[in-house]
Amino acid sequence: MPKRFDDDLNKLKRDVLAMGAVAEGMIRKAMAALVDRNAALIKDVLADEDRLDEFQRAIDNETVRLIGVYTPVAGDLRILLMITRINAELERIGDQAVTICYGYESLKLIEEPPLKPLVDLPRMAGIAEGMLHRALEAFLNSSEGDAEVVIGTDDQVDRLNDQIFRELLTYMLGDPRNISRSLGLILTARAFERVADHAVNIAEDVVYIVRGEDIRHVKG
Amino acid sequence: MTTSMASSAELDAAPPAPAPAAPGAEAALPAAAPEPGPRVPEECGVLTRGFNLWYGDFQALVDVSACIKPRRITALIGPSGCGKTTLLRSFNRMNERFTGVRTSGEISILGKNILDPDVSLIELRKAVGMVFQRPNPLPLSIYENMVFGLRIHGGAGRASRAGERETVEKALREVFLWDAVKDRLGARATELQLEQQQKLCIARLLPLKPEILLMDEPCSALDAEATEAVEELLDGLRSRYTIVIVTHNMAQARRVSDDCLFMLSGRLVEQSPTAELFVNPRDKRTEEYIQGRYG
Repeated sequence: MPKRFDDDLNKLKRDVLAMGAVAEGMIRKAMAALVDRNAALIKDVLADEDRLDEFQRAIDNETVRLIGVYTPVAGDLRILLMITRINAELERIGDQAVTICYGYESLKLIEEPPLKPLVDLPRMAGIAEGMLHRALEAFLNSSEGDAEVVIGTDDQVDRLNDQIFRELLTYMLGDPRNISRSLGLILTARAFERVADHAVNIAEDVVYIVRGEDIRHVKG
Repeated sequence: MTTSMASSAELDAAPPAPAPAAPGAEAALPAAAPEPGPRVPEECGVLTRGFNLWYGDFQALVDVSACIKPRRITALIGPSGCGKTTLLRSFNRMNERFTGVRTSGEISILGKNILDPDVSLIELRKAVGMVFQRPNPLPLSIYENMVFGLRIHGGAGRASRAGERETVEKALREVFLWDAVKDRLGARATELQLEQQQKLCIARLLPLKPEILLMDEPCSALDAEATEAVEELLDGLRSRYTIVIVTHNMAQARRVSDDCLFMLSGRLVEQSPTAELFVNPRDKRTEEYIQGRYG
């Protein structure tokens, strides 16, 4: 394989990481918009979505070009195939951030007084963002270990999501005026839970890159 | 290879000679099941166990143990000088033409160790046909090329001219050559296009009902279009013969083979289904070679 391929592949990996940084930033901003009650951050998130879309198209095009020009095999082929998947996961993470922000707007979560102090939700968002960051590090370093940690962390996020749902359910049952805001927070938590799932998918893709084993949907 | 075993004078002899009776000391390979009945698939079409080969002091093959599955195409890949052609030629004991060749270990075909001293080379080479890099038709007519092997092996008697012609037609149809040559079977084979010559070289093996076809870079002398035609032909033959092909062309190995053997410095490094080897090779050396990073 010519050195040109390695150069092109390294550049493509850097683009994936740059895209990942944008997606991470969107998650962070989406949470901060609610915690800091800062509506300006919502605009940032929506603007970032366009950048993410551009990244997705450019990365897919470049991946197809590398496959077409160099007909890679083995590890080179696996990494290119997984880049197209990781690319899609990152784009969906951005979509979740956008969904969160639209939820704030439609349910007036930022304008209305807070239902309760936000503790578990920012914690959950922080863990999901951390999972994404570590999944991208695993991709950068071809680290199975980091990928396994990400996969193992998903349970924490799921538990927090359940906990948040149960707590907000009591708020809704206690006073119908809480329903709109509770629902908004439940949907926000659900979106962060999905972000964590996408991070897990990226980690599984990294495992496939490193050892060629498809560990998706493997029970136990 | 049948073409190297008789002179053209023999070929011109009027009645095809009956098969020479195998000397008592020589054992024929077990006969293949008659066509068109189903063949019982053996676990290995060719099995090598701890096979070593030396050219004088130089050991070209080291402890090669491999199972080449029947009715599939197996590609031997590896860098130049890794021993893949030597291994291929070992499957019909062609290396013995060279002086100073010694072997040890076992190569079993149809359940018989072909290295045993009682094996008839004539019978072995009938069961294990070989196709070379450059097409090598005899400087005879297309028809004579086709019946050459049959006549020296006594597979068709003069009394059955019609049967002989039928056999020729069947073999030429198998290699998709019949339509192109049916009206000029008397033309010299060397006047055919290269691709057609190579197809003819494959076709002339088939009347002998070989079990195994060995191909040493059969497309290296062909252009892209002719290569595609030969690959298409291989695809058609795959379910009926055990085919072993040496190729330097990784794309060709990916396209045509079911299994791959990767060799390096005379050793078998990895044997895997092709789809697995090219996506997820087990050995780092295999990965480096197929990625073009070897050396």
